[in-house]
Amino acid sequence: MKIAETIKRVLGVSSIVLMLALAACSSPEGQGQHVDSKEIYTNGTMKAELTSPPFVPAPVGDRDAKQLTVDMEILEEVGEMTDGVQYVYWTFGGSVPGSFIRTRVGDEIEFTLKNHPDNKLPHNIDLHAVTGPGGGATSSFVAPGHQITFSFKALNPGLYVYHCATAPVGMHIANGMYGLILVEPEGGLPPVDREYYIMQGDFYTKGKYGAPGLQPFDMNKAIAEAADYVVFNGKVGSMTGDNALTANVGETIRLFVGNGGPNLVSSFHVIGEIFDRVNVEGGSLINENVQTTLIPSGGAAIVEFKVDVPGTFIIVDHSIFRAFNKGALAMLKVTGPEDKRLYSGKEQEGIYLPEGGTIQTMPGEVPVAPEASSVEDRIEMGRRVYAQTCLACHQPEGQGLANAFPPLAGSDYLNADVERAIKIVIFGKTGEMTVNGATYNSVMTAQTLTDEEIANVMTFVYNSWANNKTEVTPALVAKVRSSH
Amino acid sequence: MMRRTSTILLGLVLMASTGLGQGSPTMTVIQGGAFVPLYGSDSAEVAVAEFELDIYPVTNAEFLAFLSENPKWQRSQALRLFADGNYLAQWAGDAELGTGMDPAAPITSISWFAAKAYCACEDKRLPTMDEWEYVAMASPTAANAQADSVFNQWIIEGYETPNTARKKVGGNFANFWGIHDMHGLVWEWTSDFNSVLISGESRKDNDLDTSLFCAAGAVGASDLMNYAAFMRYAFRGSIKANFSVRTLGFRCARNVEK
Repeated sequence: MKIAETIKRVLGVSSIVLMLALAACSSPEGQGQHVDSKEIYTNGTMKAELTSPPFVPAPVGDRDAKQLTVDMEILEEVGEMTDGVQYVYWTFGGSVPGSFIRTRVGDEIEFTLKNHPDNKLPHNIDLHAVTGPGGGATSSFVAPGHQITFSFKALNPGLYVYHCATAPVGMHIANGMYGLILVEPEGGLPPVDREYYIMQGDFYTKGKYGAPGLQPFDMNKAIAEAADYVVFNGKVGSMTGDNALTANVGETIRLFVGNGGPNLVSSFHVIGEIFDRVNVEGGSLINENVQTTLIPSGGAAIVEFKVDVPGTFIIVDHSIFRAFNKGALAMLKVTGPEDKRLYSGKEQEGIYLPEGGTIQTMPGEVPVAPEASSVEDRIEMGRRVYAQTCLACHQPEGQGLANAFPPLAGSDYLNADVERAIKIVIFGKTGEMTVNGATYNSVMTAQTLTDEEIANVMTFVYNSWANNKTEVTPALVAKVRSSH
Repeated sequence: MMRRTSTILLGLVLMASTGLGQGSPTMTVIQGGAFVPLYGSDSAEVAVAEFELDIYPVTNAEFLAFLSENPKWQRSQALRLFADGNYLAQWAGDAELGTGMDPAAPITSISWFAAKAYCACEDKRLPTMDEWEYVAMASPTAANAQADSVFNQWIIEGYETPNTARKKVGGNFANFWGIHDMHGLVWEWTSDFNSVLISGESRKDNDLDTSLFCAAGAVGASDLMNYAAFMRYAFRGSIKANFSVRTLGFRCARNVEK
C-alpha cells in the first residue's frame, strides 16, 4: 500500500519533470519560434502604452500574452520641418514617426483607428506585424470623424513598420504616416540600460531645402525620388542640441530604428561606435560588430551597443550628403569619466607638411614641360594648374572658405607682396594671417610645382578676380626659391 | 420661365435672410462634352450632357433656412439611419449655428440623404460623379486642364491645407464655366459617390480592378492629375450615405430643359 503510493508519487513527479523537459525543448530561451504562436493563450487584458519618439514604452518582460487594446488617433497638422519651414504632417498619434507600439508574441491586439473630424482625408493602417490581407489596411479604411476597430494576433517576433496605405499611398507615407510596432519574443528582449526610437523619412517640398514658410508636398520631386529633406523623427534637428539622446558611460543602448521612406534606403551609422549586435532587418538574425546597417524603406533594425567613452556620438544616414545637407543627423550625448586606454583624445598636435600631391614622377627621362610664350599663354596654362592644385581649397572663383581658407579674389594680402606670395606657394605656410580683415589660422602645404608652373598659376591668379594684374615670371620664382 | 422666377425669388429671400450679396444667378449652364475620368466607367470616355450647376457650394445660412422649413432634417429630428452621430454636430442647436461658424461658409457635417433632400426642395438634384469630375477638371482658363501640372499641383496643395472648410464660399477662383470652389474648400457629395468601390486597400484596388487601372492609364495626363483624382475617389470610397463629415459639403445640379 505504502510502497504503491510512493511509486505512484515518484511516477507523478517524474512525469511532471518529463513534461517540463519537453516544454523546455520545444521552447528555446528567449525565442519561442518553435512554439506555434497561434496556440499561445492570452491571460487578461491591458491597454497598450503608446509613446512619441524618441521614447519607447516599458519592455514586456516576462508577462503573459494578453488581450491588448491599442487606441490610435490620426491627426493632420502643421509642424516645423526646420527653423522657419512648416509642413502639413499627416500623423499616427500626433508625431512623426507615429506612436511606438510594444507587444509580445501571442498578444491579441484590438486596434482602434480614429480619424479626427478636422482631417480632410480618409486613412487606414497597414501593420507589417499583421498576418492578414493588406496588413490590416483592408479592414481599417476610415473616413474623417469616424473610427474603426479590427483585431489581430502577433505571431512573429520582430520590429515592424506600420504605415498608411490609402490612395495615393506614396503621398500618405511621404507626409509622415509611418511608425514602428515591436513584437517581443516570449520572455522579452534581453534587458539594456536605455532604449530609443528613431525613424528615418524623406520629404519632398515645393521649395528647396530651407526655403521658408509653409511648404507644400511636391509630387514631381517625390516621383523623381529627389528628396529635399532626409530626416530622423520627422524634422531637422529632432535629436540634436538640447533634444539629443543621452546616456552614461558604461550603459548599454538599444535603438529601434525604422525607415518609413517613402523612397530612400538608409545606411544607418553611429559615428564613433560599433554596433555590438544588430537584429538584421528587424528579424531574428543577429549580426555582431557592425559599422553600418542597411535599413530598407518599409523596414527596420534593432541595434545595440555599449557606450564606453564620453562624448557626442553623431547618428547619420551614411549616404552622407543626406546627413550634412538634408538633415539626417542626430546626436547621442554620453557623459561620464574618460577612459584614456580606449580613446586618448587629442594628445599632440603638430604640422604635417608632406611633399604635396601635385606631381609624382618616376625616375628616368623627364618629359619636356611646355613653356608659356606670352602673358595670355601663361594665364591659360596657369588656369589649368589652379584647377588641379588650388581650387579644392581656394574655390573656383578664388573666394576661399570662411574660417578655413583665405580668399585669393581681391585679396589685399596677395596684392601687397608678390615675393611673399611666391614664397608661400614654394614653401607652404602655417599660423595666423589676416586677409581682407578676416583672420585665418590654417595650413597651406608646400607645393611641388616647377618654377614655370608657379609663374603660370600665380599670373593666372593675379590676372583674375580683381587682383592687380602682376605677371610672375619663372625667373622671379627661381630668385625667391634660391634666396631661402 | 416659372422656375427661373422662383429661383430669383429664392435668391432674393436668401440675400435678405443671410446678408449675402452674391448677385442674381445662383446656377450656370455647363455645356455637355466627353472626358476620360480616372475611373467610374466601363468605357474610357464618358459623355456628359448639358446641365446646370450651382456656382457655389450650399452655405450654412442656406441650409439653416432649409431646416426651418423642413424640421425633420433638424439635428434632433433626423433619423440615424439617414444621418449618423456627426450630423450637424458642431451646431449649437436645431436652428442655431455653432460658435465661430460663418453663415457664408459651406455647410458640412451633413449626410448624403440630407443633401439629396435639400436639392430636391430646390427642385434640383445632386450632380453625378461624372458631372462633378467634368466640371472639376476646368481651370480658370481651360475646360479641360487635366494636363496642366501647375493647376493639378494647386489642387493637391488645397487638399493638404487644413481647415479650409471654415472659409467663406467664393474665395477660390471661378473656373472656365464660372463655377467657384470646386477645389480648395470642401469635398462634395455626388449622387452616385459610392459607385466606384475602393476597398481602402488601394494597392489591391490597382491589382484587381484592371479596368479601372487602365482607365487611369488612359488619361495620359500627368501623374499629378491622377493623384488629385485618387484622393477624391479614395475619400468617396471611405464614406457611407449616412456619414456626416466636417470637410464634406455639397452643391446642387439641374437638368437643362430642351
